[in-house]
Amino acid sequence: MSRLVVRDLARAFGGVQAVDGVSFALGAGELLALIGPNGAGKSTCFNLLNGQLRPDRGSIRLDGRELAGLPPRRIWRLGVGRTFQITATFASMTVRENVQTVLLSRHRCLSGLWRPAASRFRDEAQALLDRVGMGTQAERPCGVLAYGDLKRVELAMALAGDPGLLLMDEPTAGMAPGERQELMALTAALAHDRRMAVLFTEHDMDVVFGYADRILVLDRGRPIAEGAPAAVRADPRVRAVYLGDEA
Amino acid sequence: MNRRHTLRFLGMAAAAWLAGAPVPALVAAPALAADGGPVRVGEINSYTGLPAFTLPYRQGWQLAVEEINAAGGLPGGRALEVISRDDAGKPDDAVRAAGELLANERVDLLAGTYFSHVGLAVADFAARNRIPFVAAEPLTDAITWQKGNPYTFRLRPSTYMQAAMLAEEAAKLPATRWATVAPNYEYGQSAVKWFRALLKERRPDVEFVAEQWPAQGKLEAGPTVQALAAASPEAIFNVTFGADLAKFVREGEQRGLFRNRAVVSLLTGEPEYLEPLRDEAPEGWIVTGYPAEQIDTPEHRAFADAYRKRFGEWPKQGSVVGYTTFKAIAAAITKAGGTDPEAVTAALKGLELPSPFGPIVFRALDHQATMGAYVGRTAVRGGKPMMVDWRYAPGEAYLPPDDAVRAMRPVE
Amino acid sequence: MDFYFVQFLSGLATAATLFLVSSGLTVIFGVTRIVNFAHGSFYMLGAYVAWSLVERWGDTPPGFWGGVLLAAVTVGVLGAVMEVVLLRRLYRSPELFQLLATFGVVLIVQDAASWLWGPEDLLGRRAPLLRGSVEVLGQPFPLYDLMLIVLGPLVLVALLLLFHRTRWGTLVRAATRDREMTAALGVDQAKLFTSVLFLGSALAGLGGALQVPREAVNLHMDMAMVVEAFVVVVVGGMGSLPGAFVASLLIGQLQAFGILVFPQITLVLVFLFMAVVLVLRPYGLFGRPEEGPPAGEAPGPPLRPDGPRAATVSLVLLAALAAVPLVAGDYALIVLTEVVILALLASSLHLLTGLGGLVSFGHAAWFGLGAYGAALLVRDAGAPMLPALAAAPLVAGLGALVAGWFCVRRSGLYFAMLTLAFAQIVWSVTFQWYAVTGGDNGILGVWPADWASSKAVYYELTLLLAGGTLWLLRRAAFAPFGYALRAGRDSALRAEAVGIDVRHRQWMAFTLAGACAGLAGGLYAFAHGSVFPTLMAVPVSVDALVMVLLGGLRTLAGPAAGAALFHGLETEAMRLTDYWRLVLGLVIVVLVLAFPQGVVGFARSLWDRRRGGNGSAAEPVA
Repeated sequence: MSRLVVRDLARAFGGVQAVDGVSFALGAGELLALIGPNGAGKSTCFNLLNGQLRPDRGSIRLDGRELAGLPPRRIWRLGVGRTFQITATFASMTVRENVQTVLLSRHRCLSGLWRPAASRFRDEAQALLDRVGMGTQAERPCGVLAYGDLKRVELAMALAGDPGLLLMDEPTAGMAPGERQELMALTAALAHDRRMAVLFTEHDMDVVFGYADRILVLDRGRPIAEGAPAAVRADPRVRAVYLGDEA
Repeated sequence: MNRRHTLRFLGMAAAAWLAGAPVPALVAAPALAADGGPVRVGEINSYTGLPAFTLPYRQGWQLAVEEINAAGGLPGGRALEVISRDDAGKPDDAVRAAGELLANERVDLLAGTYFSHVGLAVADFAARNRIPFVAAEPLTDAITWQKGNPYTFRLRPSTYMQAAMLAEEAAKLPATRWATVAPNYEYGQSAVKWFRALLKERRPDVEFVAEQWPAQGKLEAGPTVQALAAASPEAIFNVTFGADLAKFVREGEQRGLFRNRAVVSLLTGEPEYLEPLRDEAPEGWIVTGYPAEQIDTPEHRAFADAYRKRFGEWPKQGSVVGYTTFKAIAAAITKAGGTDPEAVTAALKGLELPSPFGPIVFRALDHQATMGAYVGRTAVRGGKPMMVDWRYAPGEAYLPPDDAVRAMRPVE
Repeated sequence: MDFYFVQFLSGLATAATLFLVSSGLTVIFGVTRIVNFAHGSFYMLGAYVAWSLVERWGDTPPGFWGGVLLAAVTVGVLGAVMEVVLLRRLYRSPELFQLLATFGVVLIVQDAASWLWGPEDLLGRRAPLLRGSVEVLGQPFPLYDLMLIVLGPLVLVALLLLFHRTRWGTLVRAATRDREMTAALGVDQAKLFTSVLFLGSALAGLGGALQVPREAVNLHMDMAMVVEAFVVVVVGGMGSLPGAFVASLLIGQLQAFGILVFPQITLVLVFLFMAVVLVLRPYGLFGRPEEGPPAGEAPGPPLRPDGPRAATVSLVLLAALAAVPLVAGDYALIVLTEVVILALLASSLHLLTGLGGLVSFGHAAWFGLGAYGAALLVRDAGAPMLPALAAAPLVAGLGALVAGWFCVRRSGLYFAMLTLAFAQIVWSVTFQWYAVTGGDNGILGVWPADWASSKAVYYELTLLLAGGTLWLLRRAAFAPFGYALRAGRDSALRAEAVGIDVRHRQWMAFTLAGACAGLAGGLYAFAHGSVFPTLMAVPVSVDALVMVLLGGLRTLAGPAAGAALFHGLETEAMRLTDYWRLVLGLVIVVLVLAFPQGVVGFARSLWDRRRGGNGSAAEPVA
């Protein structure tokens, strides 16, 4: 049963077709990697899914509900979590406060002027942090964390929204090889446990082929191949695009 | 100084400040034998907000205080002591300073202020705290009329009086088409209002064909001059002063605005405003002002000589106001026989005294002094700007009928 | 028709001066991101220095023009000195600290100019050979103004050549686009900034020097110019020279023709214009999205809720404040009442600036609206004091609700200038609407009720109301509302991605801050017995910002401490010396250099160091 169904997504910038007729589906617990050479339309595709951009046409359905054209806030509320290529956290807050803020937002409690926020959803936040391995650092400010730890905090923040779909833009960029494997293993486990669909882009092909259940390859805005890693690896068009680029 | 000493010093200073111990006064009282101690006057003015006018004013009152004390002080041999504060041109700072002078310095009387709104704020404070206040310089009519109060008296001729003096002269001109230019606040607006009304009264045939209201201090001289010229008036009534006036005069000369046109201009003859114009001062404008170097009455000569001896320069308008304000205060305390606020207030009502401009009286009716101004024409002689063909316009001749004044003043 | 053309020419002449000054400001801002309040002071200094030189040598053309150029260079050197001595030490502090430092310089220059050149307006010589006028379409037009009209575009071309044809100019443009990148490429930033400050200040000085033949040099030139220059820079788009040029032209024409159509509202015309431009165009006419807007600051360490000891300290302090009337005289109570009120004003601004990352240049509007709301109720409805005080935050909050809706759609300096525009509009309405507000003569007789007429009672009442509101603000900072606000400040991108409507939060914060400032205004009105438009004028907004910065942005106690420090200093200095601005300016500069975290921020890190011993200032303590 697919959680996410994307049909014929398209978006042009001043005559250049950045994304053109992209369709795919993504099931619960499944990890789909979106790859392609620079300028293939990965970022545009991501931004169409998370609401930063409005598609020119096409539909994006998550658990049957249409997301296309909604603003990021609404899309998040409908169950789309995300992590950023360059981590974005609330640097002046502690790790736990970061997660609590998301939980408060999810429960629509952010207008409160009186009750201290520190005691709200504390245990839930702590549980999420424990899950991503940041439990012991809950009281440290995000501003002083190591980069790998920030990625985990972002993951916990994304989980706090209880997403059906998790969008990860180059989740392991800037991390040491060991950390990459750990993070992706964690992501895969979370996806499995929480019946969550994960769509990610990635430059590191070891990560892509090691963790993705399926791979979607874009070139100049159009999908050129989709399937299991082994099949994509063998696809002559993919080889042409990548090897042609490098030649 | 080690830390403990520092702390103790700070603690003592704070304690002294909290308890309201007086700080040494800015102007120390001379050592006069005094039974009741010196009479303390709290003085507030815009020394940093408008130094060009207030510094001559300060010299004026310093001279008066020195003269009074040198002559044996006030009744009972008490010295006159002035505690002076800057209000930075802001009414709330002035009210705070008044509070401090009253609470900490225990002053018997308040005096000073230049800006109208500052004067009004202090006047209201004085009424609330039942302490006499001699407003030296604010020009607004409201301070003695619509917002007049029992404790407030004003020395300088008001906007109405000065406008009336000029309207009288303007009526003698053949011009019938008039334009006005005035800074866009109460002073400018009431000056224009009175001038129009009083001129129309004398000359029903005049019409006002253009008006310009530049923001005070931000006159766009070129466009303003051009806009006035476009209405081709026969005469112009000007209320701008200071930096705006200089711009207006320069652009007006260059653009031929004043060619074959009469100009009637408020306050422009006061040395504070006329002298900075140097040899570019306009010729033939009809102005109110103060031709300090030319007035040859005995009372003025005495004042001007003393002033020049003390400060090495000719007095300005502010000097006369400062000097006379404190002479009036001394006279009131002498007349009251002490510093009881009610007695001093009563003494100020109808108080007669000599001034460098001749005898004046603080009217019992509205607490306005009858000090006048000099009306004449501007000229440049030997590269120096000055007033010519001037005459003294006594204040009492330029006030509305008593009934009209009574109708404007709140009932006491 | 002829008349309109000549009016157009007059507008061009105005625009030329405006462009010279604002081009300097925009270049400085573009490269250094410094909001340079002292720019107007350099303009004024240019005029004074040129006056002195031209008085001496200005009767020949070489003497005159040499004097003008020398004045510009002198002022440029002063600008470079300011960079080396002062600003350079602050590049690692929050950006707003540089603003605070330049404000200190403004105060110092005011007194220095008054001391050096005296209080009187100085009318300088006119330019030799350019004294007369020529007939333009039958109307006399000053030659000098024609020269200015030609000079404006020449300077624009010269600057564009400088920026596009020289290596230095390339560096400047690169730095304007991406400061970090330029630094990473090994460009000597210190030198670059010094030279940019030199150029920018010299342009301001040139603008001032060229005014000598037009107007009397006076001590109010700085303030008159600096606000207008900021308007030009923002309307044109910050950092954009052509933008500054076009904006100068537009504003020059607006003033030339505005006085024909609306002679009464010259006060507010440029601000209305700026508000319209900013509402329609987020980055001015030619601006690009900002890279580094002077948002509140780089995020600091987390705010910490009170530990038991801090709570005890607060309670003891409150008790001590409440007990002050037992020992203090009336005047001390007057000043303390004001300090408490200003602490509330500064803290309300801190809600926006510290927590929300939004710098407001117009916070005085809400302070003033509150004061007027209360005063009008007393005067026109005969309301007793307490209902009037209750109305103050409502009136101000309502005003802030409306203005905030527009303002929060912009960020950085554009937001700040939009708040300034609204504040100026509110101010000028108050200033001119005689029938209701009494204009500049204000509203008198707003004294406390009889039961509160003693200084001590009114002080306690103020302490109660302001203290209560401060407590509420403090709770709000630690409540979900505060979290959302801080989240939006730290990363708007992330906040939006977790469902936080950042603009809406900011709007609510704007309104709440406005309401709290309004209460402060109401209290202030009764403390002084009268209200005047000065309460909502620019200096009050600036003072509030200075208090927040002096105390420190990163702590909640900072603004209150800053208010006490600033107000205490100002009143005492004013009482004791005519040169209080010099004293205040020097103190601000010294404090900025010594405590770049603000006074309370400094105290806090000291405290942390003593307790933690291992520099754990960044670590939260629950």
